[in-house]
Amino acid sequence: MAYSVSTQTPASRIAAIAGAVLILVLIALPFIAGRSTIRDMFFILTMLVLAQFWNLLAGYGGLVSIGQQAFVGAGAYALFGTVILWGVDPVPAILFCGIAALVIAVPTAFFAFRLNGAYFAIGTWVIAEVVRLLVSQWKTLGGGTGTSLPRDATGDMWFVGAIETALGVRTAAARDILAYWLALALALATIGGIYWLLRTRRGLALAAVRDNVEAAKSVGVDAGRMKWIVFLTSAFGTGLAGGLIYLQKARISPDAAFSVTDWTAYVIFIVVIGGIGTIEGPIVGVLVFFALQSLLADFGSWYLMTLGVLAIIIMLVAPRGLWGLLSARTGLHLFPIRRRLSGGTTEQRETP
Amino acid sequence: MPLLTTRNLVARYGDFQALFGVDIDLGEAETIAIIGANGAGKTTLMRSIAGVLRNQADAVRFDGAEIGALPADEIMALGVAMVPEGRKLFPSLSVEENLLIGTYGRKQSGHWTLETVCDLFPILRERRHNPGTALSGGQQQMVAIGRALMSNPRVLLCDEISLGLAPVVIKDIYKAVPAIKAAGASIIVVEQDIAQALAVADRVYCMMEGRVTLSGTPDSLSREAIHNAYFGAHQ
Amino acid sequence: MIWVDTILQGILLGGLYALFAAGLSLVFGIMRLVNLAHGDLIVMGAYLILLLVTLLGLSPFLAALIAMPVMFLLGWALQKFLLNRTLGDDILPPLLVTFGLSIALQNALLETFSADSQRLPTDALTTASLQMGPISLGVMPLLTFASAVAVILGLNQLFYRTELGRAFRATSDDPVTAGLMGIKPANIFATATGIALVIVTIAALYLGLRANFDPNIGPARLIYAFEAVIIGGLGSLWGTLAGGIIIGVAQTLGAAINPEWQILSGHIAFLLVLLVRPRGLFPRAHD
Repeated sequence: MAYSVSTQTPASRIAAIAGAVLILVLIALPFIAGRSTIRDMFFILTMLVLAQFWNLLAGYGGLVSIGQQAFVGAGAYALFGTVILWGVDPVPAILFCGIAALVIAVPTAFFAFRLNGAYFAIGTWVIAEVVRLLVSQWKTLGGGTGTSLPRDATGDMWFVGAIETALGVRTAAARDILAYWLALALALATIGGIYWLLRTRRGLALAAVRDNVEAAKSVGVDAGRMKWIVFLTSAFGTGLAGGLIYLQKARISPDAAFSVTDWTAYVIFIVVIGGIGTIEGPIVGVLVFFALQSLLADFGSWYLMTLGVLAIIIMLVAPRGLWGLLSARTGLHLFPIRRRLSGGTTEQRETP
Repeated sequence: MPLLTTRNLVARYGDFQALFGVDIDLGEAETIAIIGANGAGKTTLMRSIAGVLRNQADAVRFDGAEIGALPADEIMALGVAMVPEGRKLFPSLSVEENLLIGTYGRKQSGHWTLETVCDLFPILRERRHNPGTALSGGQQQMVAIGRALMSNPRVLLCDEISLGLAPVVIKDIYKAVPAIKAAGASIIVVEQDIAQALAVADRVYCMMEGRVTLSGTPDSLSREAIHNAYFGAHQ
Repeated sequence: MIWVDTILQGILLGGLYALFAAGLSLVFGIMRLVNLAHGDLIVMGAYLILLLVTLLGLSPFLAALIAMPVMFLLGWALQKFLLNRTLGDDILPPLLVTFGLSIALQNALLETFSADSQRLPTDALTTASLQMGPISLGVMPLLTFASAVAVILGLNQLFYRTELGRAFRATSDDPVTAGLMGIKPANIFATATGIALVIVTIAALYLGLRANFDPNIGPARLIYAFEAVIIGGLGSLWGTLAGGIIIGVAQTLGAAINPEWQILSGHIAFLLVLLVRPRGLFPRAHD
């Protein structure tokens, strides 16, 4: 019997089928669920996108950024800018959000890549502050107090009218449903795209860079180039998510759009709690995060304190997070990246 | 009763086992030499005694106490000082500060002070305000030995002190050994140079692949026996 | 003349930033650890002083003196029982643990002291100013700057004149060999963080005397401190003072042009230095 090399596991095949069913359910959700569920799901999906991109940076690229709010904010302000100043429809305007984040990301990387490790982390944060302070000077978009999307722009958005008639809902609900579908598409594209990236030659090189920069260099992996690719990809995706989040909020201010707590602290906690360095981790993390928020959000600062302490404990006792614990116990991989050797005399041997 | 013994000493680096039950004895006022080829486990043995690698408590005894499981700083405080392989001077410290740091964990009055160490190696007095790493290899080795002596140790572990040095410099350094013995320290030297080891030691242990393959006084060991113990008998 | 005045005020403000940064610089120099909760620890120090002032009716200076040993013990324990466990080759654990600590600390302060801004009580002396020709310098900024210089002088004495300082430098060079000299790196690290928190207490005193504070201002203090450390060159204490002064002068100059540009100018000065001298003004020879 011949050997074959694959990255599939039996669990991943079952997961693929279950995933397909889940995706269909998620697409159909607006037909069966109420408006508050749709809004919760929108929140979960957008946080998941942010978490996946931060995980790509820190978990795979070894680039711990505390400045992701720069890209959320840049994306959000690009949306408001193109809609208010150029009169572009908000839906296609989301593409500009990713591009705006890229535009910010290039100089950011240029400065931050001069710093190593922890200093890279604070460096990205400084740059996010600079962007926030500069945007606060932008008087046409409300300066420090912010502004709202004009009502006629959000009411006449692409697809909103069609959703209103098809589902028999009011404009506001139709807008939420549109935002939800866009978020779902973005989340699926993000997970699919990252999974694809990690399975390519590039992705394997990335794992090599994370494990050992020197060793990776010696086998011809260009670590500097990989850092750029990962950083720019993350910025682009984070900018898209930022635009989408503020399309749904329809109101913006520099302090909210560039909030380190909302767009970076929460995201880091999601990834750390779920499990850094895996695609499954952020998914588990965002569900735990949402559950905690639903339970504890009324307690305000107690809630954030709990998250902080939880992250410390997990980092110390289970640095691979909840998914890491589960995966070590059961050998489960839903998004297997390692190539496995199978066939020969023993079929389908599971490697631990 | 010997001053320092190892019994069934085992050491591993991850999956790789470096020592397979090593037994050695060091008597009061004795000098022993450990010889063997690269990778025989000599440095691992020294690091195990010094506490850089931790062991079973009863694998190493010093002056009647079980010290195998103690960390390096506590073993040093008891009076076992090490001159590590590669000298390992502190680059941020001057020569004098490198010597003084030797007293950090053990303030034992005795023969060795800044003065007497500089008498032993006079060049260090001239260079005492230079950074430790600005010195030549041989001078750096003198600092490393002096640094260990500053704690007035009862046992001095010298790991490969002639490595990479010119023969004339090695001779200079080994000239210090009688004075160190006279001040009351027992010494273990790890040496690749067999002639040097035989000249300085009261007894010699030969190691190969993590085991002691031969031991005895220099007179009792034939060249052939040492050769076999060093490289293996059946080559 | 107005510019001379502005620059002088900036230099004095730099003293405050150097105080924020000195503890960060010390800890980084010895154990390559960046404590992201540093700013929040400064704010916590200010609340501790405030608590002693209100409960015992002490002057803020006396209260800070009492707070110092408390903060030392806190720093010692924090390093010994939490942060030492994160040290290693992987950069993620120390970053994420101190980030978690920052968020937890901020919110613990919010819960205990509310979001209202507070200020340490000042007396006539501390609000006074010295008139030197056309230029008037506040006593408080002068005192802050003098304290910063004193702290850095003191740290240099500690580093280069004492046995503990030798142990700090030796451990920073090579913890394993330091162990062979009878040094316990874990305890050296704990002592270093303890000393860093004593400096944090001094920084907290001037933070609280000069302006209002609330639980949310920690991260901004961390950023200023970080900028000062990087500008000065990692691990160089006098460099940290120079870095603080550069940030301070940039901020007052920016503010003189447009009050909204104060913070932004400081950040831009930092980025410019990073552009020209990526390793800072006074980098350590070996690192």
